[in-house]
Amino acid sequence: MQQNNESHKPHIVGYATYIFVWLSLLALTAVTVTVAGINFGGITLLIAIVIAIVKSSLVLNIFMHIKFDDVVFKVFVGIAVLTLTAVFVFTFFDYLSR
Amino acid sequence: MANHVIAENYVDFYKEKGKHTGLGAWLLTTDHKRIGIMYLVAIVTFFLVGATLGFLMRLEMLSRGRTIMDPQTYNSLFTLHGLIMIFLFIIPGIPGVFGNFFLPIMLGAKDVAFPRLNLLSWYLYISGGLFAVVSVFLKGGPIDTGWTFYVPYSIRTGTDVSWMILAAFILGLSSIITGLNFITTIHRLRAPGMGWFKMPLFAWALYATAWIQLIATPVVGITLALVAVERLIGIGLFDPSLGGDPILYQHLFWIYAHPAVYIMILPAMGVVSEIIPTFAHRTIFGYKAIAISSLAIAFVGYFVWGHHMFSSGMSDTARWIFSLTTFLVALPSGVKVFNWVATLYKGSIELGTPLLFCMAFIFLFSIGGLTGLVLGALATDIHLTDTYFVVAHFHFVVFGGGGFIFFGALHYWFPKMFGKTYNEKVSKAALGTMVIGFMLLYFTMFILGYEGMPRRYYDYLPQFATLHIVATVGSWILVGGILVMIGNLLVALKKGKKASMNPWGGRTLEWTVPSPPPVENFEEIPVITHGPYDYEYNINGDSDKMEENYH
Repeated sequence: MQQNNESHKPHIVGYATYIFVWLSLLALTAVTVTVAGINFGGITLLIAIVIAIVKSSLVLNIFMHIKFDDVVFKVFVGIAVLTLTAVFVFTFFDYLSR
Repeated sequence: MANHVIAENYVDFYKEKGKHTGLGAWLLTTDHKRIGIMYLVAIVTFFLVGATLGFLMRLEMLSRGRTIMDPQTYNSLFTLHGLIMIFLFIIPGIPGVFGNFFLPIMLGAKDVAFPRLNLLSWYLYISGGLFAVVSVFLKGGPIDTGWTFYVPYSIRTGTDVSWMILAAFILGLSSIITGLNFITTIHRLRAPGMGWFKMPLFAWALYATAWIQLIATPVVGITLALVAVERLIGIGLFDPSLGGDPILYQHLFWIYAHPAVYIMILPAMGVVSEIIPTFAHRTIFGYKAIAISSLAIAFVGYFVWGHHMFSSGMSDTARWIFSLTTFLVALPSGVKVFNWVATLYKGSIELGTPLLFCMAFIFLFSIGGLTGLVLGALATDIHLTDTYFVVAHFHFVVFGGGGFIFFGALHYWFPKMFGKTYNEKVSKAALGTMVIGFMLLYFTMFILGYEGMPRRYYDYLPQFATLHIVATVGSWILVGGILVMIGNLLVALKKGKKASMNPWGGRTLEWTVPSPPPVENFEEIPVITHGPYDYEYNINGDSDKMEENYH
């Protein structure tokens, strides 16, 4: 509590950016739903995952302010994302080789 | 550790007059020590409930056929025993009680980073516990799925699975918040001069654990929520009759539930790393190796979950990959065990009760760990899956490991937490009784499992009768030991002699503050100049001076 406060830099994000991000998230949700109704075969899942990655990146960076934060927080998020990716890979060792 | 000053007019945190009095002083507190004590009361209560259920299960298995209950009651009992022991005792146990009480003091801080969030996590824990209790008395009756909530049965059973799932969900949230608090505390509130490698090993263990709590617990929260959704509106995620995949559920469940085993055991390993140097009066051997092995266990432990599913229909490729990672995770655990033993080598060993708990831990945990390799090997696992061998293995690891060290930690830090000493002869006798009972109860199960006795079965074939009787008698001895141990501590609370500031000769910061500690732990935040187990550095001079101030 008594340390590291000085390293926190203030930042201002305009309302326009927030609204733009919000609209982008809504649009991407619509894309996800639309794509789910089309038969893309083997790449259906991949498309859904890519859209989800774009959406979560927007939320993390803008709404959760990670873009403007210290490196340590970026490292924290990076560790969580890497772990999640590794979990996906290990799960697919099963599904892709059945 | 470092020299520092505490006010001479010392008031311990029990007697400190705050904004609230009476019960309010506890229920509205943000003091990490009071919250730790509240966790202790709740967790020991749930432990006793869980132990009673286990005791009744063993009593049922004393003879073939019906002994004291019907099969449905037995199914509910093993489910509730597992849920209570795992979600309400062993996962929150050491972090909730000793992490809350000692982490800030060991780091040289006045409290955790988010004291109010800390209280919230206790309330969530209690709420989750109450939901679990309430679910037992609802119309559908106590749930009978086993603690793993495996689909499709958990979707189809008429018992109140959704309530219990809600309870587990809330308990998971409590665990996440505690983990978040500990990570922030360790990053932000270490005393000046306390670099990462000057931090006590208990803090390292809690740090590794907190990361697992933070990253793995949300997975089970979402998974269990999906089971509830599946039960309520049948969307077909896991139910094969709707096109769902039950093996996907097992993946998602074990993605959390295996790392959860490390949430149970890593803090215990941290406690052992504190107790052994104190009682060997010697600097710990391989400090960095122990610290880094905690992180390595947390990391590799994340990728071994598939070993719970070797016989569930998973692909061959996935099976050998998970078998390999399972063998790899044994390495950092081995590093710790060798370092503890090496610390004892040529030490001036004092056989105090806490050290004897550690010895019991190393013995029992090693058996549990090595039999884990038997289960991690594909061929032997097929033979032993869902037998008593598995039950024995995880009780050796979780109870022989985490459970014994929960009580070992209580004996180690009891004088600091309550300012009282306990009868060591009684505590040693209780421990000896517990180990004998434990071995009779659980080692027998290895043999039963190897011979083919399936787990969770209400009845058994005549050839298993003798070993079942031995195991049940073992449970009586074990429970007897536990009751004597708890009784001894309760007597100490009432009639124990006043404990000194540093009864064991420990070197970490909690032994430089009075017993029990003052409300803000330190009047002046200490400056750290050397490592946590530096036995060449003489703190006795400082310690004696400080004791004079309080006695």
